[in-house]
Amino acid sequence: MSRVDGPDFTGDALHAALTETWSDAPGLWGWITTVDHKRVGRRYIATAFVFLALAGVLALIMRVQLARPESGLISADRYNQIFSMHGTTMMFLFAVPVMQAMAVYLIPLMMGTRQIAFPRLNAFSYWIYLFGGVFLWIAFVLNIGPEAGWFSYVPLAGPEYSPGKRTDVWAQMITFTEVAALAGAVELITTILKQRAAGMSLNRIPLFAWSILVTSFMVIFAMPAVMLASSFLIADRLVGTQFYNPAEGGDALLWQHLFWFFGHPEVYIIFIPAVGFVSQITETFSRREVFGYPVMVLSAVSIGLLAFGLWVHHMFATGLPRIGYSFFTAASMMIALPGGVQIFCWIATIWSGRPRWETPLLWVVSFIITFVMGGLTGVMVASVPLDLQLHDSYFVVAHFHYVLIGGAVFPLLGAVTYWFPKFTGRMMAEPLGKWNVLLSFIGFHLTFFPMHITGILGMPRRVYTYPAGMGWDTLNLVSTIGAFVFAASIVLFLFNVAISLRGGRAAGDNPWDAASLEWKTSSPPPPYNFDHIPVVESRTPLWDETRPVIPGLRTEVRELLVTTAIDAIPDVRDASPSPNGWPFIAAILLTIGFIGSIFTPWAVVWGALLMAPPLILWFWPHDPLEVKPEHSDE
Amino acid sequence: MIQSAAHPTGAHAAITSNLFGLFLWVTGFFFLLVLVFLGWAIWRKDRGAVRDRALRLTVTSWIGMITLGLFGLTIASYFADRSLAFAGAGKTPLRMRVTAHQWWWEVEYLDRDQSKAVTTANEIRLPLGRPVQILLASDDVIHSLWIPNLAGKQDLIPGRSTDLQLLPRQVGHFRAQCAEFCGLQHAHMALDVIVESPDQFATWWAKSIQPAPAPATPEQKRGFDLVMTRQCAGCHAINGTPAYGTVGPDLSRVAHRATLAAGEMPNSRAWLERWVRDPQSAKPGNQMPKIPMKPDELHAVSAYLETLQ
Amino acid sequence: MRSFPAATIVLLLASAALGSCQREARETRDAPLPFSQQTLATTTTVMAGGGAAGAPDPRVAHYEKNAWHVSEGQRLYEQFNCVECHAHGGGGIGVPLMDDEWIYGSSSPQIVATIMQGRPNGMPSYRNLLTEEQMWQIAAYVRSLSGHVPKDVPPSRADDLASGPPITLQKPEPVRNSNRESGSR
Repeated sequence: MSRVDGPDFTGDALHAALTETWSDAPGLWGWITTVDHKRVGRRYIATAFVFLALAGVLALIMRVQLARPESGLISADRYNQIFSMHGTTMMFLFAVPVMQAMAVYLIPLMMGTRQIAFPRLNAFSYWIYLFGGVFLWIAFVLNIGPEAGWFSYVPLAGPEYSPGKRTDVWAQMITFTEVAALAGAVELITTILKQRAAGMSLNRIPLFAWSILVTSFMVIFAMPAVMLASSFLIADRLVGTQFYNPAEGGDALLWQHLFWFFGHPEVYIIFIPAVGFVSQITETFSRREVFGYPVMVLSAVSIGLLAFGLWVHHMFATGLPRIGYSFFTAASMMIALPGGVQIFCWIATIWSGRPRWETPLLWVVSFIITFVMGGLTGVMVASVPLDLQLHDSYFVVAHFHYVLIGGAVFPLLGAVTYWFPKFTGRMMAEPLGKWNVLLSFIGFHLTFFPMHITGILGMPRRVYTYPAGMGWDTLNLVSTIGAFVFAASIVLFLFNVAISLRGGRAAGDNPWDAASLEWKTSSPPPPYNFDHIPVVESRTPLWDETRPVIPGLRTEVRELLVTTAIDAIPDVRDASPSPNGWPFIAAILLTIGFIGSIFTPWAVVWGALLMAPPLILWFWPHDPLEVKPEHSDE
Repeated sequence: MIQSAAHPTGAHAAITSNLFGLFLWVTGFFFLLVLVFLGWAIWRKDRGAVRDRALRLTVTSWIGMITLGLFGLTIASYFADRSLAFAGAGKTPLRMRVTAHQWWWEVEYLDRDQSKAVTTANEIRLPLGRPVQILLASDDVIHSLWIPNLAGKQDLIPGRSTDLQLLPRQVGHFRAQCAEFCGLQHAHMALDVIVESPDQFATWWAKSIQPAPAPATPEQKRGFDLVMTRQCAGCHAINGTPAYGTVGPDLSRVAHRATLAAGEMPNSRAWLERWVRDPQSAKPGNQMPKIPMKPDELHAVSAYLETLQ
Repeated sequence: MRSFPAATIVLLLASAALGSCQREARETRDAPLPFSQQTLATTTTVMAGGGAAGAPDPRVAHYEKNAWHVSEGQRLYEQFNCVECHAHGGGGIGVPLMDDEWIYGSSSPQIVATIMQGRPNGMPSYRNLLTEEQMWQIAAYVRSLSGHVPKDVPPSRADDLASGPPITLQKPEPVRNSNRESGSR
């Protein structure tokens, strides 16, 4: 006989039953087969930070090389591989995955549900991401790392000018990471639209959830463009197709259009989740709901839409018709408007709230100052005449680091500090955190502000050295010193994480007195997230007088509540899959197929055949209503 | 500053520089507003009731201000675009073609009379005050020609035609550099841009279409023979000699140029010998091979090349 | 799970220990290799197939298994106008290079000798136009046209008019030594 949670089945007895139903197998097998979004999310975040550290070391190597003119420390070939790996790792293996990883962990909790949608796909997404990243880095260590930049323009990256397999490794890594990103996007959209707490209508979901919803739609529309572009590139290089060969009717600019149609939304895919972090932190530490919720939502949505109309601003120097450029200038300017409105709303929230100046809010302040600077230099490069001077110079390097580090990494570090107690049950060291914000602010600006000047003074990008006496020497040296200061601040952050994991102050359920649902459950949450599915009556459920719940989910099977998309009226109960080894096995076999297809086109055929058995067994149908109970009273 | 957008010496760069000044002021103003509001939010003392209505009014005016600001900057940008397009209109431009190679610049001065056309490499000479139209082409990958003191950059894309307009307003020696990552030696693909008086330019042009001077001394004669019979003539061209290779830069006036190897090293006999002895040590991966040569042969070759003024 | 970052770093360092891949090195600073007298002696114009192959030459793998050298060979093939007579392997005024028929030997040292010395009926000598290393690079590229170079090494095509199947899909042609000395077909 099945037992449902409710007023007569609650407390410790309920915990025991739910734990039994929702936990993983023990040991290594459990680790491999888990579908718990929290476990997958945590390892996803940790892996992304490993890639951050690796790419950061590459950046330090570059800065050492550029500290002096004509340094000769690193050869041209090695440097070109290093900057290509730095950009590729940061963009594909750190920035997007870490945002999705945070969402994978937090969204089901914020929505008040027991599990993410499509949990096995989630596990598969992690394994494919991991294998793709490891593949890229092993290739780099074996001297097969990409050397044509993270953007890999043709004809340089084409068969004639990029010998060997380096560019193929890059192009196939794209496929790995984009499959992972698309999988993540699908799960997150479904969770946000269909698995919310009862009563959490769309105008009550946290702003972070809106950010992730917009980001996930952007992923679905943007990733296919780069997958197409990289597939054409692999085909050109492997089997001699002519997509990018002007002599045979192809076009070098086709690559740029396809890549930047993805590439521009990509940076907003990185930025918009960070916007969500900032909203949640600002709300909690100002002790009031973010000012202007509808405007904030509209801003996020309009950024998501506008982002698809900007891509040609990366191509202003390619000689396309001027009237087309004017359109893209206008669109690129326009996107500053929702950004500016969001900045206002956050500051207004702090202004009208009762702020607590703890580390996460300090990261937000650092973000506001830095990101606004980056956004304003973005307005500069949106203008065609200005861009024709600034494009491909160090000014652009400064601009995008301001918006990416200022706009995404600072909020991320604030978010990790903020949600660390929820992930681990411990607080991060607070005085250390404050010093961390200051050190990173100083290190960042010391590194990247001079680059605005070096760019205007004529220093191009992607150069492994530069001549003396151009007026760039001192500025580069300052940037290098700043880079080490900034690196120290990242090390300090990781150090804080490490010591807090072991000996941080114990945190309760809601140490920050925050308003969103993830703080309702214990820290860290149990495998089943919530005792009972919450009912929500406002945007700030934990600041309400009452905390109603909706009972009725079975406890001996993995069951969750599916609600309607707009108003979150409870709709059906649905089964959630148990731990499963097929995602891992499928990821391994797909990896073999992907790597093989760099060397022979036949790998596409046998790779598909290899994937058939695990996919068949993964999706083997069973009646979800008759899900075999883990434990039955009969 | 010889490679700087902040020191405009041409009409196009000046227009862009003025536009940058406008953008800097306007964006700086908005940044200041943000900082002031943020500072107020941080240091505000009397935190009474939440005043959302006042905030709503403020955000509306903020949206209005941003819209006006962006609109103004966009219009200013469009006007600058127009100015750039019309700078130098009305005068007959000097027409050139620059073809980019990995990792050097082929420079041609066009003339309706083909016998008066000049081919050179890694150097652009311009007469003061005359508009220039440079047709851009690439032999291999995408490059970008950027002469910051004179104008913004334009890409050189295989299979496509682009062009660059210039209008130099000051004499001087400037430096340009490739600004689109083009492979191993992208960092060492620069060129000299020399703006001189129209008379000096005419003199230079007249000499460039002459055949190269014949070698005079025995050492130069030996050098000439070596250049013609060794691998040099297979890739390089020298006016009026049997060397008419098109793979590498034209050497007819190599000794007259300010730098060697696309802006990489100063031009002197010693540097020339260093380059010829081992191009791969100076610029690893570039397309000039290391040609085995005894020291006296090397001296003879450099003696001859030094006559190519 | 906490040991995961450490495991990744160990894995990467272990891979470094395996050494880098021969295919991928960009050997821009190679010293020119002296062309051995012995190789010259075994390639003649008189005997079918150019005579005995001679002792195995370590330089062969050095050039034929390296993608950068083969790519340089492709560049030089175009820049020095081999295309004028040999097209992109299909031949025309000169013999095809992508088929199975070899008049003066199909191995890299033999092809280098052909380029260096010239051959009857129209193949000029490039002794004074190319360095020896460049000839080895072109020889490696020429061998890739008939599929004799490992498939992961050569480029699939040039950024040029298509003139045949992609080199990477070229099946290795068996070598048929011919004593036909006439250049015409």
